Amino acid sequence: MEKLKLEIVTPDGLVYSGEVDEVTATGSEGEFGVLPGHAPFLTTLKIGMLIARKGNEVIYFFINTGYAEVGPDKVVVLADSAERAEDIDVERAKAAMKRAEERLKKREEIDFARAESALERATTRIQIAERRIVR
Amino acid sequence: MPTLRDLRRKIKAIQNTKKITKTMRMVAAAKLRKVQDRMLNFRHYAMSMESVLFDLSKVGERELHPLLAVRPRKTVEVLVLTSDRGLCGGFNTNILTSASRHIDSLRKEGFELSISVVGRKARDFFKRRNIPMRKSWVGLSGRITYANAQEISGDLIENYINETLDEVVIIYNEFKSVVLQKVTIARLLPIGEIETEVTQVEKGSIAVDFLYEPSPEILFERLLPKHIEIQVFRALLESSAAEEAARMSAMERASNNCDELIAKITLQANKVRQASITKELMDIVGGAEALKA
Repeated sequence: MEKLKLEIVTPDGLVYSGEVDEVTATGSEGEFGVLPGHAPFLTTLKIGMLIARKGNEVIYFFINTGYAEVGPDKVVVLADSAERAEDIDVERAKAAMKRAEERLKKREEIDFARAESALERATTRIQIAERRIVR
Repeated sequence: MPTLRDLRRKIKAIQNTKKITKTMRMVAAAKLRKVQDRMLNFRHYAMSMESVLFDLSKVGERELHPLLAVRPRKTVEVLVLTSDRGLCGGFNTNILTSASRHIDSLRKEGFELSISVVGRKARDFFKRRNIPMRKSWVGLSGRITYANAQEISGDLIENYINETLDEVVIIYNEFKSVVLQKVTIARLLPIGEIETEVTQVEKGSIAVDFLYEPSPEILFERLLPKHIEIQVFRALLESSAAEEAARMSAMERASNNCDELIAKITLQANKVRQASITKELMDIVGGAEALKA
């Protein structure tokens, strides 16, 4: 059975590198799945989840915007930051969510977009972290 | 003539200083290793990103993106990177003298100047000279994150796009080796040619039958700010590696000077001790002679 080589790279180093069977990620134009033998493909990624399946094992990642380069036997993800679901600091994400919500309530806030993306990051992190427990 | 006690106290003090400088050298060495690791880790990311940007820059027609557009230069921004803390030899002085020289020459050419700084040392330097700064980031050194680079480059890009700034130049210490740091002046904006470290052969092989989502033009434009971020982050890392290296050799020299001083003063102390023993002996002999007589 052919495998995909998945690499998740961030400015702070390699988050994951290994052989997997299937990758599902959140592209800016929608979710997409990659199996071995995929056509060469380049896309930007939104804040979202990346799922890697390796046999029966499923690994969840949080991806904070970036892009993905897909080849027939490899997926390279370059993200601003990324972490495995079990490494997500839920407490910190919840605190960040609260902060972002408060900032959004104050309408006069200039940096609206920034607060909004902070909120999105936090909620996505929490969702992914919960997914790992429910599974 | 100093007394023996004074000299012994002095030796003790210098020994204590040496303990401190030696420890600081070791701390700097450990930090340097950490930063070097991060530089290595980051290279992987930077190289893949740059090679994709390079490929994209060859694909399809595109409107000239504002970050690529060369406008007549009116306002030039100079971004100076220094450290927050001292005790690192000529690290900050080198940067600040080259920076002021560069600023002076730009001013003579008739450009409006805008100055931004990273690091407490640069901020204090310009504040002391009453030179206004557009922006200053302090407290970063030692724990730089990619988010810092994003914040700085985001600010630069914003000001470049709304035409407050027409050119951005960055001045930082490049880490050449543990014993050599080089002051580097580089242009950040507008973006010139995009270069990659990947060889020509590899470059040609990728771009061909790619599917792009969204279109390569949009993708390219979205990734352009990344290019700035990468350069800023790289400069920040280089600068902090250079800082630790400079501190390491400065503390090494300080420890050596301590050794030298200790040797010198020990010699002096021995002489004083010898002199007092001789004097005492003379007294005893003199006394004995007097009794005999």
